[in-house]
Amino acid sequence: MATPPQGPGAPLPAGTRAPDFALSSTPGRTVSLADFRGRPVILAFYPADWSPVCGDQMALYNEILPEFERYHAQLLGISVDGVWCHTAFARDRKLHFPLLADFEPKGAVARRYGAYREGDGFSERALFVVDGDGIVRWSYVSPVDVNPGADGILRALEPLAGASAPA
Amino acid sequence: MSKRAAAAALTLPVGERDHAQGPTEAPVTLVEYGDYECPHCGRAYPIVKQLRQRLGRRLRFVFRNFPLRESHPHAQHAAEAAEAAGAQGKFWEMHDRLFERQFALDDDYLIEYAGDLGLDAARVGRELAAGTYAPRVREDFRSGVTSGVNGTPTFFINGVRYDESWDLEPLVAALEQAAKR
Repeated sequence: MATPPQGPGAPLPAGTRAPDFALSSTPGRTVSLADFRGRPVILAFYPADWSPVCGDQMALYNEILPEFERYHAQLLGISVDGVWCHTAFARDRKLHFPLLADFEPKGAVARRYGAYREGDGFSERALFVVDGDGIVRWSYVSPVDVNPGADGILRALEPLAGASAPA
Repeated sequence: MSKRAAAAALTLPVGERDHAQGPTEAPVTLVEYGDYECPHCGRAYPIVKQLRQRLGRRLRFVFRNFPLRESHPHAQHAAEAAEAAGAQGKFWEMHDRLFERQFALDDDYLIEYAGDLGLDAARVGRELAAGTYAPRVREDFRSGVTSGVNGTPTFFINGVRYDESWDLEPLVAALEQAAKR
């Protein structure tokens, strides 16, 4: 029997169409990738709410939001946690961007992006920058215990800025 | 391109604009991106002092601001206060005071510390209110973001992000290694 890939997997590479999805961000709100057509989207898959390392990564991105906004980019955090968990986590950390629940079927979106850890039951620490036409322009999987920072994201956003170059 | 090509590296080279301790021609430059209200940076503060003693004139230490404003409500003004003190020639004295008094960083305290250090405290107060050094702090922060700062403190040794333990011994070993190259 073939064993599923473990550790840093193979994320969808640059040039592929980003699979659309619709996931709950709060008990009453659904967010889909297509909602942001025309703007760059940063998809930040992370293993779990509350683990201290994840908190650091999402807290860091929360501080960096103004830098992402200079490129008119929308940041979406995605994990297999449910909406109630996300709501509590976002409130505790004062996050100003949506956390999406890849909860049912569990990890389905992460799988489609090549960012799911089968044996662990949660997603990789994987980053995707999707352009305004819905094409993946950059992807990166970090070792699961290493916060990847935001330098790669910003380098990927720069060439997408085009007419809307940062102020 | 699906992988980062190389380890994260400083996008803003150390230069005239920086606050530095140690000789310009030192073989090793350690840059810290830090936040005066961050408890981890508070723990790193005496470690940096010790390794400066250990390395002596072989080390240049540079501190840049990376205030996590959402997590630490006083971090931004504390950073600006250090810059304001720097404008009056006492950046490092204020830097030390802020880390030693991490638990008391309200504006009133920041102004009090300026007075204790013999600075024009009223001027520091005005500059805090006006955000005089906010752009400078923002410039530090942005340079950190583009350099791959992934939390506070983040250290760079000769321009390359250091991802290992910053306890005294491992950090000294890494600096000694860099000094030999």
